[in-house]
Amino acid sequence: MTIDLKTVKHISKLARISTDEKKANKLANDLNSIFKFIEALNELDTEKVEPLTSVADTKLRLREDKFEANNIRDKILKNSPDENKDYFVVPKVVE
Amino acid sequence: MSDITKLSLNELIQNIRNKKLSSTEITNSFIERSEKSKKLNTYVTDNFSSALEAAKIFDEKPNMDLKLPGIPIAVKDLFCTNGVRTTAGSNILNNFIPPYESTVTQSMWDEGAILLGKLNCDEFAMGSSNETSFFGNVQNPIGENLVPGGSSGGSSAALAASLTPVTIGTDTGGSIRQPASFTGTVGLKPTYGSCSRYGIVAFASSLDQAGPMSQNVKDAALLLEVISKFDNKDSTSIDFKRNKYSSELTNNIKGLKIGIPNEYRVEGMPKEIEDLWKKGIEIIKDCGAEIVDISLPTTKYALPTYYIVAPAEASSNLARYDGVKYGFRSEGENLIDMYEKTRSEGFGEEVKRRILIGTYVLSSGYYDAYYLKAQKVRQLIKNDFDNVYNNVDAILTPSTPSSAFKIGEKTDDPVSMYLNDIFTVPVNLAGLPGISIPAGVDDKGFPLGLQIIGKPFDEQTILNIAYSMEEKINFKNNITDWWM
Repeated sequence: MTIDLKTVKHISKLARISTDEKKANKLANDLNSIFKFIEALNELDTEKVEPLTSVADTKLRLREDKFEANNIRDKILKNSPDENKDYFVVPKVVE
Repeated sequence: MSDITKLSLNELIQNIRNKKLSSTEITNSFIERSEKSKKLNTYVTDNFSSALEAAKIFDEKPNMDLKLPGIPIAVKDLFCTNGVRTTAGSNILNNFIPPYESTVTQSMWDEGAILLGKLNCDEFAMGSSNETSFFGNVQNPIGENLVPGGSSGGSSAALAASLTPVTIGTDTGGSIRQPASFTGTVGLKPTYGSCSRYGIVAFASSLDQAGPMSQNVKDAALLLEVISKFDNKDSTSIDFKRNKYSSELTNNIKGLKIGIPNEYRVEGMPKEIEDLWKKGIEIIKDCGAEIVDISLPTTKYALPTYYIVAPAEASSNLARYDGVKYGFRSEGENLIDMYEKTRSEGFGEEVKRRILIGTYVLSSGYYDAYYLKAQKVRQLIKNDFDNVYNNVDAILTPSTPSSAFKIGEKTDDPVSMYLNDIFTVPVNLAGLPGISIPAGVDDKGFPLGLQIIGKPFDEQTILNIAYSMEEKINFKNNITDWWM
């Protein structure tokens, strides 16, 4: 199978990465060579195989719903790309 | 003492405990050498002045009972360090200052180590040559314009150039073992679940593991002992009884059975790699261990499986970089436009490529054909190892299919770059421990490594095998300080 320009644009949209025409063409080429390499998996019959989701053979642990973080609100907000000191700010969403 | 930076971790500790050296002297020596080695581009952020302060404080009231007393250590810039910029080699985290510390680095500071700085790496650990870093290429101290391997390329280069006595990297598909092999150093990827992932910038969460990189096996054992522990903050951390890796280290491996997988004799493998492997087999026999031919039939499907699983997990993990709460932001006309521009400008080409692969294999209509298929093959790969471990204690393979290559040599062809990890990737997919040790040089004089793969949670056995082989190989790295 081949990945065409339309598909590249579609997945770019899904991944929220803007892509111009030139880059989309290069990406389509790269992705096709990578997927050609991946196709080898089709040689294997896996109908009766259970998928492996984690090699760690453990159940997820439960813990007490307890507050542990120290007061680091200001340190967290300081990393925000916007200069507002009290909130995270995004472009207007609701008209 | 004239050559402090050439001492091993264990030698430095001995000198500190005997009061022949102070932490300040040691820290100063590594800083001075690092200042003269800027051409290698190993550091993204240095922590030199804070490190000197910390060394002074240690010297005033030294606690010699700690495992890493007053030892300065630089770490891969993928570990979050409280108050010290952490970039993951990416423009999108260019200004990120974590308000918390990764568990693995915290364990090192708790044992007396001092943060020397943050080391360059491939962007979000995606690469095999350190060429995808936003902060530029790293030079391999072995020779000019050679890659140091990746993704822990700044770590391997800094270690080989004696800018840090030991370091820690992370390994998702070979990112500790391959750069160790390219720089003539030792690199160990522990069993999945041994070292906490808390505070490590995530790439592929079901594969990522932190591990030690060092000049010799004994140093790796000690550093592993410090960083391998159960952590409640990592939901996949495993509570098992860890060995005292350094004090239990032995060169007695008589009677162990070591498997040689037929399928690792890949087509077109250079003769010098084949010869190195044979040399390794002879050394193992010499040590009194037994060689057993084994078969891992699904080996050739490991890389294609990895290039579905890892990008899928990465596309999900990297969705958090949206320009809102931290990191780089590019202004847009509206929210969606801001997201798209931020991610397009903030991520480099390889990272975007992998996000798109991951998005595609997880997207509606393709999930079963790619992602589910890969998870099933991953099970088969793990079964292969489970089967052979009924008969052998460990497995010996080459670490990489070649020695270090030239900067720029493989950047245009992603698949040829991916092939670097052909011997290391199966280990991550099966969650096993693996160690690379330097074992010889090729005809250009560049180091080549051998990999020993162990049973889950059996780091001690592969360390013992590596320790026994190291003694007989007696490898000496040829570093000429050409960059000074």
